[in-house]
Amino acid sequence: MSYRITGNTGEWEIVVGLEVHAQVVSEAKLFSGASAEYGGEPNTHVSLVDAGFPGMLPVLNQECVAQAVRTGLGLEAEINLFSRFDRKNYFYADLPTGYQISQFAHPIIGKGKVLVDLADGSTREIGVTRLHLEQDAGKSIHDQDPTRSFIDLNRAGVALMEIVSEPDIRSPEEAGAYLRKLRQILRYIGTCDGNMEEGSMRADVNVSVRKPGETDYRTRCEIKNVNSIRFVMMAIEVEAQRQIEIWEAGGTVDQETRLFDHVRSETRSLRSKEDAHDYRYFPDPDLLPLVIEQSWVDELKAALPELPEAKRARLEAEYGVSRYESSVLCVEQAIADFYETVARGADARLAANWMLGDFFAALNRTGRSIEDSPVSAEGLRELLGLISNSTINGKIAKEVLEDMVETGDSASVIVERKGLRQVTDTGAIESAIRDILAANNDKVEEYKSGKDKLFGFFVGQTMKAMKGKGNPALVNETLKKLLSE
Amino acid sequence: MSGIHDFTLASARDALKSRKISAVELTNAHIDAIERLDGQLNSFITRTPDQAREGAKVADEALAKGEGGRLCGIPLGIKDLFCTNGVRTTAASKILGNFVPPYESTVTANLLKDGAVFLGKLNLDEFAMGSANLNSAFGPAVNPWKRKDSDAKLVPGGSSGGSAAAVAAGLVLGATGTDTGGSIRQPAAFTGIAGIKPTYGRCSRFGTIAFASSLDQAGPMARNLQDCAILLESMAGFDPRDSTSVDTPVPNYEASLKRGVKGLRVGIPKEYHVEGMPAEIEALWQQGMNWLRDAGAEIVEVSLPHTKYGLPTYYIAALAEASSNLARYDGLRFGERVSAPSLDGLYEASRAAGFGEEVKRRILIGTHVLSSGYYDAYYLRAQKVRTLIQQDFLKAFENVDVLLTPTAPSGAFAQDEKPTDPVQMYLNDVFTVPASMAGVPALSVPAGLDARGVPLGLQLIGKFFDEETLIAAGHAIEQAAAFHHRPTIHAGVSA
Repeated sequence: MSYRITGNTGEWEIVVGLEVHAQVVSEAKLFSGASAEYGGEPNTHVSLVDAGFPGMLPVLNQECVAQAVRTGLGLEAEINLFSRFDRKNYFYADLPTGYQISQFAHPIIGKGKVLVDLADGSTREIGVTRLHLEQDAGKSIHDQDPTRSFIDLNRAGVALMEIVSEPDIRSPEEAGAYLRKLRQILRYIGTCDGNMEEGSMRADVNVSVRKPGETDYRTRCEIKNVNSIRFVMMAIEVEAQRQIEIWEAGGTVDQETRLFDHVRSETRSLRSKEDAHDYRYFPDPDLLPLVIEQSWVDELKAALPELPEAKRARLEAEYGVSRYESSVLCVEQAIADFYETVARGADARLAANWMLGDFFAALNRTGRSIEDSPVSAEGLRELLGLISNSTINGKIAKEVLEDMVETGDSASVIVERKGLRQVTDTGAIESAIRDILAANNDKVEEYKSGKDKLFGFFVGQTMKAMKGKGNPALVNETLKKLLSE
Repeated sequence: MSGIHDFTLASARDALKSRKISAVELTNAHIDAIERLDGQLNSFITRTPDQAREGAKVADEALAKGEGGRLCGIPLGIKDLFCTNGVRTTAASKILGNFVPPYESTVTANLLKDGAVFLGKLNLDEFAMGSANLNSAFGPAVNPWKRKDSDAKLVPGGSSGGSAAAVAAGLVLGATGTDTGGSIRQPAAFTGIAGIKPTYGRCSRFGTIAFASSLDQAGPMARNLQDCAILLESMAGFDPRDSTSVDTPVPNYEASLKRGVKGLRVGIPKEYHVEGMPAEIEALWQQGMNWLRDAGAEIVEVSLPHTKYGLPTYYIAALAEASSNLARYDGLRFGERVSAPSLDGLYEASRAAGFGEEVKRRILIGTHVLSSGYYDAYYLRAQKVRTLIQQDFLKAFENVDVLLTPTAPSGAFAQDEKPTDPVQMYLNDVFTVPASMAGVPALSVPAGLDARGVPLGLQLIGKFFDEETLIAAGHAIEQAAAFHHRPTIHAGVSA
């Protein structure tokens, strides 16, 4: 169903385009040799080039170019063999040169696309207009002194990819799904860590509203620098609501730049169109046009890792997992790798069940990530093997997994130490059941007079008596036999 | 009688190698001359005698062992646009304050590596913007030449006016200059010395304070082309820190002096016969043609049809870049910060106080031509015309090897004759700007004196990276002109 907001005059459709700034994973900055690493003491990752010293010149970091091309390939986009760097001129204290080097007229990546999955199981294609490389600015710190501002240039000059979507997004959910998918692709390719808390991915959100059926776009507002997926979704909702109220009151929306305040759940005007900067873009004369070879692009393409869509399709085909399971397993490359290690040499469907269930629960509980999982993929595979060969049953396996998380011991060691091998001796099972039935004569009578539900009660009692170690199939079978005697 | 100040750079080099003279002696003689004469010339912004003596001592040690680079012990002056490690660098502006770079420009690093000794930093027009060296925050540099009939202070040309004055007066054996639209060639002509603007990309721009990045090019200034050739060989070369520097081998420029011009085709661009050009300039130009013809060259008329668009196009392209290049001087990191209640106020007050009039004028023009609504009409069109100007040269060079023109439309003028209309001042660059726009190399050699006894220069323009032919042709003019006049103010014995 299409997302609609109902106002006083009827339904409204929202139109959203996103400009995502993704920090490029690279050792050095876009035009200098200074470290691009996040954090560090203020002003310790700064070269003379970053600080805009007289006579300093930018030299393009080829690795950042490769990262942009890889990303473009991941977005199935046009790779422009000719692109160019422009200067975007404006004065600000954390911009030492007075201009940001960006690609305005000739971006390195052209049109591409992102396939997003929605909660109802449907898929939508969101167009990517372009991707270009640019420098990040430094950071101004205004809250440490009543009269002075401080500047940290560690980020100044770090490479960013600005990824601009078409205005194809029609709901907050789609915006969220787009960002998650984009982040997933960037992480797979290793071109951006997608860490929104550290600011390595942030979004400018362009929002407008219109009546369903209108073909033209109405005036949009740009909400700057939103730094979480949840906030992007919230900002779209409140901004759309604000614009609808203006239109419905007979007003017109002014094109402007706004800020999202998540505490008050509102957007506020930052500057109007009239106050918009005249950036005076022109080609940076310190840099030659960027010309790359198709053969190099082909090399990068050949070396690209398997991307989320392809991996998901393969997991479904190769391991027989469901579309839902494969999408969860493919959220991160490391999870998919972990799964495949478990699934090779184990029951692949059982492996998917366990990963999505008890294993993720254990990660959550311990606050660990897949990379530093307390249980290795090999360890989990061994545990699942013990289920498959009937050494333990599923219920016991859960207990064993908890023990593995706690002690780091292997599954077989724990099973032996705790004597958890399941009982398959029919004699022992029968004798346990007979004791239960004898102690619950009344229930046996009720069961026999038609209260079938009590069967579960008998199973539970039996398993309890056997400390969970009874082979469930044998317990069921024997119970049925004895109850029908 | 010949003395220490009669050395050229080349002869000093030879005397040092043969130990006829020590580097310390040579350096001390120049330091003395600077102390004696620079009060009149104001060619230095910063003097570095201690550093120079130290360098000379090290040079003597190397020379004693038969070692040392090609410039070992040669005292030079450095235009104060090149950043020099540990030595104040001003660009002749107040806005940089007492900025002391913690790094060395590639060009000066190359000179130091070859053993040169730096006597100090030379005066210029603020941020290399000017044609008379009247736009310096440290006062104007003065031309050591005087008119026969007057004691009026003449301008040394600009922007490398301090370099030109110091070389002409014998305060240094050679100097670095930078040329954006004529800033080496015009002052060389005004002071009776030689200067080369190499092909764009020949010398690294790393560490040289930028005026207009797509035009700025460092080059040598010295008393003759042999000296310039020796300096250029040291200054030039690929630098990975400058993306626009070109990776092509540096030839032996000094050797090209001996090539001669037999069979060389010399183009005379007809459009350079501009209206109102003084007859003596026309006559000198004709003289140049005759000299080259007599030396065996062939004179051919060529056309550079877009010449008349050179100046306006230059003043759009160069100033657009300058407006952006100078944005970093905002009062936050360098120079005097003028406090104000807001950040924008601080910028405005600091830049208003720190930049001189001409620099402000150029920033305003450059900002305007890049502004939304004007960009296409000015900047974009200028870029297109620039391509046409470049094509003019490429086409002309299909037919000729070098072009011969006057360097400037007049000789040096007096300080108080400075045109009140800035555009009139810009006309000084009319012959030098087109080669800059095209990026091709060009040089100026002294060729004679005007009626009032002030030197005039001839300009040669060459093909991309063909400085050698340029130097060969220039040397032919040098030999024919036999320019041995000396300025009124000179360290040595007057000729």
